[in-house]
Amino acid sequence: MNSLDPNSPAAAGTPAKAISAGDSAPDFTMSCTPDQSISLSELRGRPVILAFYPADWSPVCGDQMALYNEILPEFQRHNAMLLGISVDGTWCHAAFSNDRHLHFPLLADFEPKGAVAKKYGVYREKEGITERALFVIDAEGIVRWSYVSPVGVNPGADGILSALESLPQSSAQEGKQP
Amino acid sequence: MSETAGTLSLKAGERDHMQGLLGAAITLVEYGDYECPYCGQAYPILKELQQLMGDRLCFIFRNFPLAQMHPHAQIAAEAAEVAGAHDKFWEMHDMLYENQKALGMGHLKQYADKIGLDGASFAQELQEHTAEGRVHEDFLSGVRSGVNGTPAFFINGVRHDGSYDLQVLRAALERSLD
Repeated sequence: MNSLDPNSPAAAGTPAKAISAGDSAPDFTMSCTPDQSISLSELRGRPVILAFYPADWSPVCGDQMALYNEILPEFQRHNAMLLGISVDGTWCHAAFSNDRHLHFPLLADFEPKGAVAKKYGVYREKEGITERALFVIDAEGIVRWSYVSPVGVNPGADGILSALESLPQSSAQEGKQP
Repeated sequence: MSETAGTLSLKAGERDHMQGLLGAAITLVEYGDYECPYCGQAYPILKELQQLMGDRLCFIFRNFPLAQMHPHAQIAAEAAEVAGAHDKFWEMHDMLYENQKALGMGHLKQYADKIGLDGASFAQELQEHTAEGRVHEDFLSGVRSGVNGTPAFFINGVRHDGSYDLQVLRAALERSLD
């Protein structure tokens, strides 16, 4: 990952350009399989986690999407929908998802390339990939938390869980367990 | 919210399996998966580090099974914990890392025999998943601490983001003494 220069200003901490807490989450429609798509607005009424990541097939064991796959039950306790997003195409996503047994959708920000990442302020023009960025959006479509990780560092899931716990009860209540 | 990312959320304590003393100058906590090849690579390195650091080091192991990726990771973690309930945690831990490619139920029973556990009660406890709760508690504590893959190391409570080859890990441990 050295060529991605994790020390570039845009990669460290939360850059000013990424949309942040309080902003309205820009709507999008992206393919999740070769013949199906998902729009953010369809998911109104429940929390949504957007996990932008640089590319499918990163060569490590506990890669970010595989990690979130393991933690999925914790996200579901908050009734939250997790969406992985990269600029890879749907067939690439399908192969990657199948290989890693992922149980959540991967969306293809493929054409026009990176258009959604640009709306969220997390596109790396030089390399043509997205930042490693997380957004937690509440049931009304407002961003409640965002974080841009150095591109070479998997941010884990603790920030997401803290953000979900901080949401008002109403956005998470359906998924609460007795 | 993520300012504390990479900080151990569950402090090292009496609940943990440790080699060394809780008050040691350095506490190294590993979150690991018995079927993860990278954890397997780290295993002999940790043994060497323990020799080099002597009683300045307290080494703690917690379970972080990536069960979607590694079909035997969960049952292997439970096997170590069942052994731990009979004061044989480290014997089983070593056995598992030295036989990472043989983690089926039959193998686990053989290992139990080898380390002197009662085979019938070991098998029964595994089947009843008596250690499942403990393994899950470890896993969740890792998620909340920002574990972002396996193996994940925390030196005196702070996530070590560098590599885990002997020199790098040793240097990081020595630094924490300053």
